[in-house]
Order: sequence, then structure tokens, then C-alpha cells
Amino acid sequence: MRSARNRELVALVPVALLLSAGFAAVFAQQSARQGDVSLIYGAYFLAVCLATHVYLRLRLPDADPYLFPLVALLTAFGLVMVYRIDPDLARDQANWFVLGLVLFAATIHFLRDYDVLERYRYTIAGVGLLLLLAPRLPGIGQQVNGAYLGVKIGPLAFQPAEFSKICIVVFLASYLREHREVLIVGARRVLGVTLPPLKHLGPLLVVWGASMFMLVFIRDLGSSLMFFTAFLALLYVATGRFSFVVIGMALFLLGAWFFASTVPHVHDRVEVWLNPYNDPSGSGYQILQSIFAQADGGLFGKGFGQGLITIPGTDAALLPAAQTDTIYALIVNEVGLFGACAVILTYMLIAARGFKVALLADDGFSKLLATGLTAVFAIQAFVIVGGVTRVIPLTGVTLPFVSYGGSSIVANFVLLALLLLVSDRARREARA
Amino acid sequence: MNRQIVKLFGLIVILFAVLIGFTSYWAVFDAQALKDKEANKRPLLEQQQIRRGRILAADGTVIARSVPKGRGEARRYVRRYPEGALYGHPIGYSFVRQGDSEFEQYHDEELIGDESEFESILDELRGRTQEGNDVVTNIDPEAQRVALADLEAAGFGAVVAIEPSSGRLKVLASNPPYDPNRVPEHLSVLNRDPTSPLLDRATQGQYPPGSTFKVVTAAAGLDSGTITPETTIDAPGELDVQGQPLQNDFTEDFGPISLDTALTNSVNTWFAQLGEQLGEDTLFEYMDAFGFGSTPAIDLPSDQVYKSGAFDEGELLGPSDPVDLARVAIGQERLAVTPLQMAEVAAAVANGGSLMKPQIWSRVVDPDGRVIERLDPSQYSRPIDEQSAAELTTAMEGVVSEGTGTNAAISGVSVAGKTGTAETPFNETCGGGTEENQAWFIGFAPADEPQIAIAATVECTTQFGNDVAAPIFRDVAETILNGGG
Repeated sequence: MRSARNRELVALVPVALLLSAGFAAVFAQQSARQGDVSLIYGAYFLAVCLATHVYLRLRLPDADPYLFPLVALLTAFGLVMVYRIDPDLARDQANWFVLGLVLFAATIHFLRDYDVLERYRYTIAGVGLLLLLAPRLPGIGQQVNGAYLGVKIGPLAFQPAEFSKICIVVFLASYLREHREVLIVGARRVLGVTLPPLKHLGPLLVVWGASMFMLVFIRDLGSSLMFFTAFLALLYVATGRFSFVVIGMALFLLGAWFFASTVPHVHDRVEVWLNPYNDPSGSGYQILQSIFAQADGGLFGKGFGQGLITIPGTDAALLPAAQTDTIYALIVNEVGLFGACAVILTYMLIAARGFKVALLADDGFSKLLATGLTAVFAIQAFVIVGGVTRVIPLTGVTLPFVSYGGSSIVANFVLLALLLLVSDRARREARA
Repeated sequence: MNRQIVKLFGLIVILFAVLIGFTSYWAVFDAQALKDKEANKRPLLEQQQIRRGRILAADGTVIARSVPKGRGEARRYVRRYPEGALYGHPIGYSFVRQGDSEFEQYHDEELIGDESEFESILDELRGRTQEGNDVVTNIDPEAQRVALADLEAAGFGAVVAIEPSSGRLKVLASNPPYDPNRVPEHLSVLNRDPTSPLLDRATQGQYPPGSTFKVVTAAAGLDSGTITPETTIDAPGELDVQGQPLQNDFTEDFGPISLDTALTNSVNTWFAQLGEQLGEDTLFEYMDAFGFGSTPAIDLPSDQVYKSGAFDEGELLGPSDPVDLARVAIGQERLAVTPLQMAEVAAAVANGGSLMKPQIWSRVVDPDGRVIERLDPSQYSRPIDEQSAAELTTAMEGVVSEGTGTNAAISGVSVAGKTGTAETPFNETCGGGTEENQAWFIGFAPADEPQIAIAATVECTTQFGNDVAAPIFRDVAETILNGGG
């Protein structure tokens, strides 16, 4: 009965080894300066992981055994990267990691019967939209690099989009579970295109509107893309109608194209993406330095702790936002193409396990919830890595579990908790 | 729904594969091109953490060295040029933000001690940090100082001095100079300066050669057998060439004279006729052998060394292009030459017709003091044979002893040379006046056993080659000969 958890425990062993090796490397690099602090970090991290494992053993004995070790792997890697950038930031990150696990445990504790979420879906949707709006509210909103991403209430600062994504996914999963039949059955072919019935289209257009709203008022191209793609993924899974996806994508691109030509911030992002060399020391600086850092990494990287982040002897950034937006570029720089592939592969494995949860789940809501959470997580990774590698415009989205940032870590642990809740029930029922 | 979930996962896999594809492109396939980008300062920044080797003059004077700044991880090295403007050209500079130039750029690998992958792994295991090598040059500090001081007194221009037997460059001076220590703060000021101090006039100045080019015409005439030292050509005061009169100074009629008299008095009508007798193919063939039309084989970045030859709107002309051969032969037409090229002409004649590759560097010394590489002088070409060179030398001695270049004479030493004064009226860089000339002197000494070949030129001067360029030649040659070579 405990075989799932035993596998989880075994899977944590390589994580422990990797983490020890990582901190040992940083330790060897910076021992003169840092003393043995880095080793204490490693031990502390492992203890927390072990405690989480024991908690899962007690509360969700049947949940997927690989999700937590994979996430722990990413978190450990992120922690070592952030530590290597700035030990002070790593201390924050470690605290948030613990806070994230506390919320993770709380989510599991209070939402054991997660169907309750369905009952409050409009409330949840409202909270999600409010969270999105918050950065524009006077007094608490904060503008970062031209985008309204942050909220600051007293000493507490956070990025509401990270939490909002969970709310929106919960709402969509619930709404689509109920309306998927009518969306399919009521669909009509107009001029050879299958269109959903207008009556049920309303809430979906609201989602489209919300994405556009984010583009214009929050100016957050990355989150907007992430939300809308996750929405389309869910719509596709719920209805099986690829034409809906095409229509949705067309609507999004139309809107994005319109706003890209009217909203300067969005326009600049796209312009820099297409022609970074037009202003290599200004607007193109971040993406170009990100690419240059990758070019410097090669197959195997320069070695841990060897990459340049600031111009030596100054505080001027050589790789701007190395701890958040461009952390992937630093990863390529220091551990090379191979290391970066390992990171991407980890995200792919998490996505695989997440979709596996969705496949095993019995009821529609569970299926759609697991699919939505997994999709939004994977797409977030794609949006930021794609931005750093110039596949798409670079935006200020975090690399889940790796980037420095409290909101991101905490929200993603809540996301993981929900996935594990779905998984535990699905596997228990499958076993019964 | 399961079918759709599987398909969705497939899409995610494709998206992630795209990410890996792009990462591979930047990190591996396009990496070298990205490292070469102007905007990419990473390679330089990484170099800056290595102590770059010193650059030394022939006598050990330190021209460039790196000094540490900051401690620990912030430690970096900054380039210092203790002699200031004296070696701004040809040494150049090397700074993180401004990049590098000239000698610093060309010898970058030696100076940062570039190692093979295997060596660097070994070093890492042994806990050694990469250190740069010193590069010792052939530059004679005293002669460089004299050349620059003379130029500063005479006007903008350049001096190049080559040891004919080896191609070692003893002097490369360009006026106005610049102090490389100013580059980090004032590069844009230097770039905007209308006097173009960053232009190395010795290798990038493209000037009309005037009568110094008659040495090339004479060399072609002797070596091709078109003339001998005894051959006489009738030299009237004026010739009609392509509808335009071609005159001697003061339209002086010399009658039938041989090479010695023609060169000593720089007789235009004599050399114009010789040029036409040679024909385009022959003259261009000899020009090419002297190095015209090619980037000089000097150890400077090829984009910072200009070619010499006949140009039409920036395009190099060949023997098949229509040129006024009579005027090419006397250094007019659309000829534009660098001082380095004219010094090479003098050096080739001085070295019995063999042109050696001009080189600034002499040896590379590793941080432990071991010489790891030494210049092995090599021949660039052999434009003329020894006999022609000897005959030409005799004629060039006449120029200094009794002709147009008497100010180049050094007491107790025989000097061979040729003056040149190309009129450059309405030249924008000279302010557009009508009286400005490009004054030249090229030559070598001692004539019987040459130790140094020199080209000196002054731009935008109202004086003649013998008045303003020949004295510079004399001062620099004397300094080098007294220094014991």
C-alpha cells in the first residue's frame, strides 16, 4: 500500500545527491568567503524534503510518487543557482520554500475534498480577476519595467498573476466540466468552421477579454500568453474541437497584433524580439546579453559559479535579472547545453506525470483540473525559456521553482498540492 | 478526453523540443558568430580577468602592462600605457568597453596566453590561473621619440623605419598621436577629432607618392632590361601626354640623359617616357612585387592596414584598367600609397632586391621568462635582382649627394634616397588651400651596407620633400645608426 511513497523516497535519493554535489561545488568555489554556510543549507533543505515526504506518506499515501521529487530537484537546483548569484537572495528563497511547503501542507489538509472548489467557482474566478487587476489599483500596485506585475501591501509584496493562474484554471475546469457537452453538441458549422453556441460562449469570451485586458492594462505579455494558451488547452481537452483552438488563437493573435501596434510597451517588446541589434545597449541589452551568455556556455558550460553576471569591478549588470527572468541563460552559461537539457527534461517529466494524473482521474472536474494545472505550469516554463532563447518575445515570467521569487515558489507549491490531491484520489479509486 | 490529453502532452513535448533546438543553436551552432558580435563584451571581460602580458620595446622599455584593480571576484586587470602617446600607434589599445586595436588586437592570443583545451584543464587541476605572455617588439624607443618629435615640429604625417635585412620595424610614428590611456574616457572625443588622431598614418594614410614613386619606375626599368644605367632618354622641358602638358620643374630641358642624372634631378619627362616604354603590364607587375595592391604582410589587423596602388573611387585599379601610365610613372595619376609601402620599397632596394616581411614583434616570452617564440625573418618577395638594386642605389646616392635630397645627408655616412613633393591643392583635409603639398623622403643608410630604410612624409605642408621630410629621415637614421643598430 505504501509502494508509491517508497518509490518517492527512493526518487529523493538522487535529488539529495545532486543537491549535495551542487552545494559542495558552491562551497568549494566560495569557501573562503562563505565559510560552511552552504553545507548547512544543503542539510536543511534535505531535512525539509524528508519532512514533506513523511507528511505525504500520512495524508496522500497514493499520490503520484515522482511529482514531488521532480519538483524538489528543480527547487534544489534553483536554490543552488540563486545562492551562487547572491547568498542573501538564497536565504529569502529558502524561507519562501518553507512557506510554500506550509501552504502546500495546508492545501492538502483543507482541500482533501477538492470538489468543494466547484461550488465556489465564480467566487474563485472573481478572486482570480481581482488579483489580476490588483497591480493597477492605486496605492498597492507597482510598475516594474513598464509592466504592472506587482502588488505591495505594507511589507508584503507579491506578484498576483502567479496565484491568479490557479484560480482561473480551477474556474475553467469547473465551468468546462459542466458546459462541455453543450459546447460540443450545440456547435454549428458556419461557412465550414465549427463554432461553439453563442449562449455558452460568453464566459469564454470573458477569458479572452481578460487576456486582452492584461495585455493592455497590466502590460504583461507573458502572463497573458500563458493564461490564454492554458485556456485553449483546456478548451481543447474538454471539447475535443480543434477548431475552437484555432478560432481562439486567431482571436488572440488578432488582439495581440492590434495592441502590439497601439500599446507602446507591448510594441517595444515585440520590436526588441524581432530586431534586438537595433539598440544593443538599450532595449535590446537584456535579450542580447542572454543570448551571449548562452553562446559562452557551449556544450558543457563554463562551470558552476564561473559565469559572469555583472561587469567585474562594477555593479553594472552583464546579465540583467539573472536571478529571475534570465536565470535560464545563466544555467546554459554555467552548466552548458547538457545541463539546460536536463532542466527542460525535468519540466517535461513533470508535465508527463501531471498529464498521467489527468488520464487516471475518474471524473471530469479532476481530469480538467489536473490538465489545466499541468498545462499552465508547462506553458509558464515555455514562455520564459522561449523568451530567453528568442523563440518568443522576452517577458517577465518566472521559471517555476527555479527563479528567485516568493510568489512563484509559493503559488507553484499550491499548484503541486492540488495535482497531488487529484492524483491521490484517482490512484486510490483505480486501486479499489 | 484522454485522447486530447495525450495530444496536448505531445504538443508540450514539441514546444520543449523547440526550446532545446533554440538553446542548441545559441549555445553551440551560432556560438562563434555571437562571440564575434560587436555588442558582445563577454570575451573581453573574461580576458580582463587574465593578466594580459606586457608589450615591450626592443630595449625592454615597457610600452603596455596590465595592473590589477579590486580584490577577490571583482579583481580585474586594466591596461596601462606608461609611455603615453609615444606608442599609441602602432601598439593601439585594449580595453573592455572600447575593444582593442592595432598591435594589441593582432597579438591578442599571445598576450592573453591562449591555451589549448587540454592545457587549460591541466592548469585548472594544478590550481594555476591563465597568464598572458609578454611580447617584445623591434621598436627603437629613441628613434621612435625622435621621429614623433620631428613630425610634431613639421606637421601631420608619418615615419616608418625598417631594418632591410630582416624586415624588423624600428619606427612606426604617426602624427598627430594619441594617448591610449585616454581611450576609456575619451574615445568618442578622439573619434570626433577632425585631425583624426586614431588614424595610424603610417599604415592607413593614403597619400600621393609624388616623385618617390620614380624609384619603383626605375627599378622596373632596370630589372626588366628596358634600360641600363647607360641608356639615355631625351628629356625635354615639356611633353604632351593625353592632351595635357607634362612638365619638368621650371620646364627645364635636360636633353638626352641617363638614369643617374634623371633621378638626381627628378626629371618628370624622362620617367614619364620610361613608364610608357615599360607598358602597363610590366609596371604593374613590378608594383605588385613591391607589395602594391596587396595588404602588407605586417603583424597588424588586416582591416587596419591599407593597400597602396592606383585607385578609382576606392577601387584598386589593375593593369587592364585605363590609366595614364606616364603620370603613374612619376607618382601622379590616382596613386595613393601608405608610408609603410614606400618604406618597403626603400627596404627592398637596400636589401639587394629582396623584400622582407615587415614585422613589429620580435619574440614572445612566457611568464617564467622563457622565450616561446622568436621572429624568423622571411622574404616577402624579390621584386628586382641584386645588380638592378646596386645600380639603383648608385642613382639614389646621387640624389642625396648632389640632387634634390641634400638635406638627408649624414656626415661620414653615404645615404641613398629620393624626395617627393606631390601637390595636393584644394584638399579638404588640408583646408582646401592651393599651396599645400605632400612632402616625402624615402631612403636608406649606409648606402653600401644598409642598416635602416626609412620613409618620412608630411601632409599639407607648403614646403618641399627636401625641406621638411629629408631632415626627419636624417635625424631618425642618425639615431638608429648611432644606437649601434
